[in-house]
Amino acid sequence: MRILGISAFYHDSAAALLVDGKLVAAAQEERFTRKKHDAGFPQQAIDFCLQHAGIDFRDVDFVAFYDKPFLKFERLLETYLAFAPRGFTSFRMAIPVWLKEKLLQKTLLRDEFKRWVPDFDWHNKLLFGEHHQSHAASAFFPSPFEKAAVLTMDGVGEWATTSLAIGEGSELRMVRELHFPHSLGLLYSAFTYYTGFKVNSGEYKVMGLAPYGEPRFKAMILDKLVDLKDDGSFRLNLEYFDYCTGLRMTNEKFDALFGGKPRKAEERLTQREMDLAASIQAVTEEIVLRLARSVAKENGVKNLCLAGGVALNCVANGKVLREKLFDNIWVQPAAGDAGGAVGAAFAAYHGFCRQPRTVNGHLDGMDGSYLGPQYTQSDIETRLTAAGAKFDVLSYEGMIDATAQALADEKAVGWFQGRMEFGPRALGGRSILGDPRSPSMQKTLNLKVKYRESFRPFAPSVLREDVTDWFEIEADSPYMLMVAPVVERRRRAMTADEQALFGIEKLNVPRSDIPAVTHVDYSARIQTVHRETNPAYYDLISAFKARTGCPVIVNTSFNVRGEPIVCTPEDAFRCFMGSEIEVLVVGNCVLRKDVQDPSLKRDYKDTFELD
Amino acid sequence: MWLIKELWDFMRVRKKFWLLPIIVVMVMLGALLVLTKTAIGPFIYTIF
Repeated sequence: MRILGISAFYHDSAAALLVDGKLVAAAQEERFTRKKHDAGFPQQAIDFCLQHAGIDFRDVDFVAFYDKPFLKFERLLETYLAFAPRGFTSFRMAIPVWLKEKLLQKTLLRDEFKRWVPDFDWHNKLLFGEHHQSHAASAFFPSPFEKAAVLTMDGVGEWATTSLAIGEGSELRMVRELHFPHSLGLLYSAFTYYTGFKVNSGEYKVMGLAPYGEPRFKAMILDKLVDLKDDGSFRLNLEYFDYCTGLRMTNEKFDALFGGKPRKAEERLTQREMDLAASIQAVTEEIVLRLARSVAKENGVKNLCLAGGVALNCVANGKVLREKLFDNIWVQPAAGDAGGAVGAAFAAYHGFCRQPRTVNGHLDGMDGSYLGPQYTQSDIETRLTAAGAKFDVLSYEGMIDATAQALADEKAVGWFQGRMEFGPRALGGRSILGDPRSPSMQKTLNLKVKYRESFRPFAPSVLREDVTDWFEIEADSPYMLMVAPVVERRRRAMTADEQALFGIEKLNVPRSDIPAVTHVDYSARIQTVHRETNPAYYDLISAFKARTGCPVIVNTSFNVRGEPIVCTPEDAFRCFMGSEIEVLVVGNCVLRKDVQDPSLKRDYKDTFELD
Repeated sequence: MWLIKELWDFMRVRKKFWLLPIIVVMVMLGALLVLTKTAIGPFIYTIF
């Protein structure tokens, strides 16, 4: 049985294909269109999934869409009615769009499917899952658990913003929900907006900014903005927010509370933004922890699955892990809306089609999240040659050796191997790598390679068997969704003068044996690397360890700021020639910057809209 | 026709019949907005 899951029309469109209950392919549309967070219909992602499985659209038994448009329409309508006559301007602008996109969404989808199958039986084959059901299914069904509590936290789906489900075998039962407009994701997005970052893409920058500040607004947020109960449920005070009927997240009352207008994008960051980031992060952690505690207490279930955009807050995830409320925690790597495509497909397979589920020991069903396209060695060579690249073709061992040596020589290395990752994190398929021991690596990567904000930290990939030697974590973290501190004996305390620095200055102060991946509060967003899921990446880190004694490397996504992660060898070569990456490794091809045709260099910094 | 039937089924399941008048008016307004941009446009004026 073949089920195609689709997410589209809001942000992060994606497609995923299940064949007999196994996830065989998944990809985000942005990687193909090169438009970050592309919300359009995922035509190319669907093409890829079908082509990878060697099937035609006609062979698909069901297509599952990740939310229910009528339910969303109901929420939009009721919200405007609740606030009327306020919000009439935005209501009037929104009507034509809603009528078409929500009420006629089935027709929109049918018309898209016609490009593959003119007479597609959409009456019987097109299914719609609920948004939170899709998220929960994406977190539970591919997890390695027979039974688990599933917590989904995001901006909003149709009505639900926070939901609890219990998964057992092939059943997934929704238990409780919190409804719009009371939303943890929208609260975090409100602060994202207020601190001058882009909503739905800047949230993790706020998370990265938080350690620079003091949570001096936490009490005020909990007093004025959020009514938080012991069990983690909450209501927001809508007097301070504009997202229900307006076009902004926050309003003048919010500005007055926090002492000024929102920061404009690209304006200089001040202590106020850092403290706001620290405060909202602390509030979010408090809410997530209370939710996790009440879930653990009420259900007595030993495993927890997390999904929804807020589950990308890996700092909060790390705190839940350290509280040891659950034996195991599993986070869907594409916890945001792209993962809804995966969940919709799983929900259709196990829920609608009532198919049984097999749990495979400790292995999960995401295959390391390496679910995207890959290229054969000969294809890579052909494509790189056509792009004008000069490269050496080595043996596999030679390539591993050369790359490990380049890393040890403190070069920034573009690494392109195997299948592309699904989800926002690069996991050693499409990564830029560096030596974490280097005190200058962070500066080099931020300013010369990724062209991004200077305060942002980098994250480590570490061999699984060595993780406890370097970080205070004992669990797997294959998807870089857990944050834990560097072990104490590898840290270096900062002096008072060093503490007072900000941004790249503070980040550049060596804080441990691996300064490039240690954030200013000694934390790190960890990826544990497992031989079973990514042998080439594992071999590379092992070779680096053999040379240097360090089983950790810097892993950042292979893209510049505002660009989606690279997908094809050509994308990789373009990014290589447009930044100061010194070595590029694509399959067994090794490219060095100094021998490339200088006319192929490009000014890449301004090519993409800043995110 | 399928849209009307599905909307009706939806309202029945959700027990939100009070949405019906609003949706009907919005669909009619939407249709007007679309039709005024077509050749029928000038004739809509005469209805009012």
